[in-house]
Amino acid sequence: MSDAMTRMAPADVTMAAPARDGEVLLKVEDVSLSFGGVKAIQGVSFDIRKGEIRAIIGPNGAGKTSMLNVINGFYHPQQGRITFKGNVRSAMRPHEAAAGGIARTFQNVALFKGMSTIDNIMAGRSLKMKRGFGWQLWRGGPALAEDVAHRRFVEGIIDFLEIQAIRKQPVGRLPYGLQKRVELGRALAMEPDLLLLDEPMAGMNVEEKEDMCRFILDTREQFGTTIALIEHDMGVVMDLSDRVVVLDYGRKIADGTPDEVKADQSVIDAYLGVAH
Amino acid sequence: MAEKAVVDQVVGDTFAKLMLEHVRLRPQRIAMRWKDLGIWQTWTWAETGEEVMTFSLGLKSLGVAHGDRVAIIGANRPRLYWAILAAQALGAVPVPVYADAVADEMSYVLDHAEVKVAVVQDQEQVDKVLSVAERLPTLKHIVYDNERGLRAYDHTHLHSFVALQQTMRARIAAEPQLGAAWKKAIADGKGSDPSIVLYTSGTTGRSKGVVLSSERSIAAARDTVAFDRLTDADEVVCYLPLAWVGDHYLSYAQGLVAGFCMSCPESQATVQDDLREIGPTFYFAPPRTLEALLTRVMIRMEDAGALKQAMFKFFLAHARRWGEKVLDGGDVPAGARLLYWLGNLLIYAPLKNVLGFSRIRTAYTAGEAIGPDLFAFYRSLGINLKQLYGQTEAFLYVTCQPDGQIRSDTVGPAAPRVDIRIIDSGEVYFRSPGQFIGYLKDDDKTAETMTPDGYVKTGDAGFFDQDGHLKIIDRAKDVGQLRNGSLYAPKYIENKLKFFPNIREAVAFGQDQDFVTAFINIDLTAVGNWAERNNLAYSSYQELAGHPRIYEMIAANLDEVNRALAGEPRMAGAQIKRFLILHKELDADDGEMTRTQKVRRSFVAERYDPLINALYSGKTECPIATEVTFEDGRKGMLSAVVKIQDLTLFPAASAAAYREAAE
Repeated sequence: MSDAMTRMAPADVTMAAPARDGEVLLKVEDVSLSFGGVKAIQGVSFDIRKGEIRAIIGPNGAGKTSMLNVINGFYHPQQGRITFKGNVRSAMRPHEAAAGGIARTFQNVALFKGMSTIDNIMAGRSLKMKRGFGWQLWRGGPALAEDVAHRRFVEGIIDFLEIQAIRKQPVGRLPYGLQKRVELGRALAMEPDLLLLDEPMAGMNVEEKEDMCRFILDTREQFGTTIALIEHDMGVVMDLSDRVVVLDYGRKIADGTPDEVKADQSVIDAYLGVAH
Repeated sequence: MAEKAVVDQVVGDTFAKLMLEHVRLRPQRIAMRWKDLGIWQTWTWAETGEEVMTFSLGLKSLGVAHGDRVAIIGANRPRLYWAILAAQALGAVPVPVYADAVADEMSYVLDHAEVKVAVVQDQEQVDKVLSVAERLPTLKHIVYDNERGLRAYDHTHLHSFVALQQTMRARIAAEPQLGAAWKKAIADGKGSDPSIVLYTSGTTGRSKGVVLSSERSIAAARDTVAFDRLTDADEVVCYLPLAWVGDHYLSYAQGLVAGFCMSCPESQATVQDDLREIGPTFYFAPPRTLEALLTRVMIRMEDAGALKQAMFKFFLAHARRWGEKVLDGGDVPAGARLLYWLGNLLIYAPLKNVLGFSRIRTAYTAGEAIGPDLFAFYRSLGINLKQLYGQTEAFLYVTCQPDGQIRSDTVGPAAPRVDIRIIDSGEVYFRSPGQFIGYLKDDDKTAETMTPDGYVKTGDAGFFDQDGHLKIIDRAKDVGQLRNGSLYAPKYIENKLKFFPNIREAVAFGQDQDFVTAFINIDLTAVGNWAERNNLAYSSYQELAGHPRIYEMIAANLDEVNRALAGEPRMAGAQIKRFLILHKELDADDGEMTRTQKVRRSFVAERYDPLINALYSGKTECPIATEVTFEDGRKGMLSAVVKIQDLTLFPAASAAAYREAAE
């Protein structure tokens, strides 16, 4: 084949990372969180730039999930500032975070088990519904029109995640890997600016992980979503993310590109332990 | 006949001409459906004509000309069918490629066919083609249907299907003569030119490109459309691989001759739901699919309530007894007829509805032998399921069963206008209206396959029974002998084995040996379900396959087969003496099967040579390490110790004793 053809594929399909000098979407400054005597997070600062995939890693109990919970307003840090889309906030409730454009998935799947895939994802649209209870009860006129529009959006997500075959199945009966996908679907239904993924690949086999990686990359490409994820599979983290922040015992020990982080001595020590 | 008149109205010896005829005759009738975003999208013939024209001109703008070959890679999507028509309209030759082929297999076909443009479904296929692009000097452009994930790719030689159409729409608006010239070119098209290249599945060695002409293809399709009385009111669901002759014939060729609507499923995984929603009137499924469906029904029935189960059992037994007679219009007592009617109301009709079979007028199965019980099950529900025997080289039909002459153990008499001759060695030769022109770039093979008087050698051994129905026993070259001279037809034995729901695949060995042995693949759905119900814990196929109780179960199945073989004087010597259950499922990705799911015997024999040695050396177990290929093309090793079990053989019954036992 001609040279021109072989050059067709971009050298890096994951796209040139917009990370380095992008606009800051979320900024965490000197945040500390403790539960009684347990100091979950101590003086951590980092930022997430628009359009990047940002990984938060660290050994067990490093404070990763607590960090996500702080970002989406579930925990209120005792100290520190969080700036999201230019607005400084200290205490905020999860539903305010959701309305502000932050969506998330959970480490242990948190779906409505008895509801179908489509209803679960539709639930993610509830903040976007404008018509009130009365209108919805009538199921006609403007409420119906609104419902149709939302359904179209949700069908787009179902198509995107390739879960047409389970559209009407109750999610409780689905295998774990698919449940994770439905959960991602529900988060995407909120059209978030910032998507928080808590161990999206936990408990998946290689094939499912590869699918999930593709969905995450395609999510950014198609919807322009900024993504922050916690993940234990280092292969996935290093492949996927533009920048990585490393936590250990509630403190930030490293922050940078995957290559920088990989070479960082304190990271190696944290993961492998240090001889005393 | 009114129906026949409709068929005859559509004149033309190329598919593009037929399409234009339908656009003229029935512009507002639905030609194509595809479920997208949960809703069935439809295209009338008029719209189809427009879509095909704009894309065809788009292909032309990429430099596709008369005689060029265009690869079509992907699942059953309207746009890919349009791409086939669009290429044919230019006199170019479409080459559909199996969508699940790994990059290497794909590169062989693309290279061999000297493809100029590839029209593919999505990013997955684009990536595959790009990964082998260096090896394809003739490939100039790739066109994709679904743009997902492809935005960041370099679009110098990569084009979006829709964008290409949009560009052409604008140009046609500016220069209306473009469309007229395109139609003129179609009118000038010759039916004797190659219309498509279909690659054989390659059960034996590399696949060959079978070149078909449109006039022959259409002639064959006209015959079977009349034979099964298909009209523009029929419905099909296109779910079989695009690259397979079956889909190209049954959906595409027959669809364009009869003018019926082709419905494309939403995705491969939703076919069952889509079937149910469309309710096709004409249906084809390989025995494997029918069997999987039946297994699923049976498994789900085990979870039903006691009353439902009792009703199901009672009425199915009644259907087994009378159903086929009712279907064939035989002599059925009024009481049995009434009960069948009630059964239809309560069980058969709802069951057919769930399966999407409510409206079927004609259904075919082919590709391999079908178990008598399986065949009878569907027929007893009132589904007009028939068998056909065909080949890519024949453009499908060689024989088919006419309504009312249906049997599970034959493939029927010769199809309309097909001549069949059986030579002394037992090999079947045929001459048919749809037969191929030759193999692409392989005159030697073509000469080898065709006789001087125009017959095609099928490579299958068979014979006509007393009713004039053809019976296929095996590949002609596979029919062999044991060392003691007994006749040994491996396929015949394997088919008997595969009729058991527990056994998914079997490979028999015995050529020039003292006795017959077999590899078994268990069916994970059926056996897994049995294991669950019997509290047998397992974590993988491998573990289940090696379990002693599973061995026991399979041995019982093999005993039954041996007993049946012992009852047939010609086959009694070929009873299975030793067997093993393979530690992995035979898989097309590992080259053990063809993409159409047929076992590649010699490859399997070579790959598992240590196991075969162990079978003939009296060992009771044998360690084996096998390389496996994952779906993404990476490789891994799978090692196991496979157990081998002996069976007791039955004494060969004399023909007389057998008859006695049967009575």
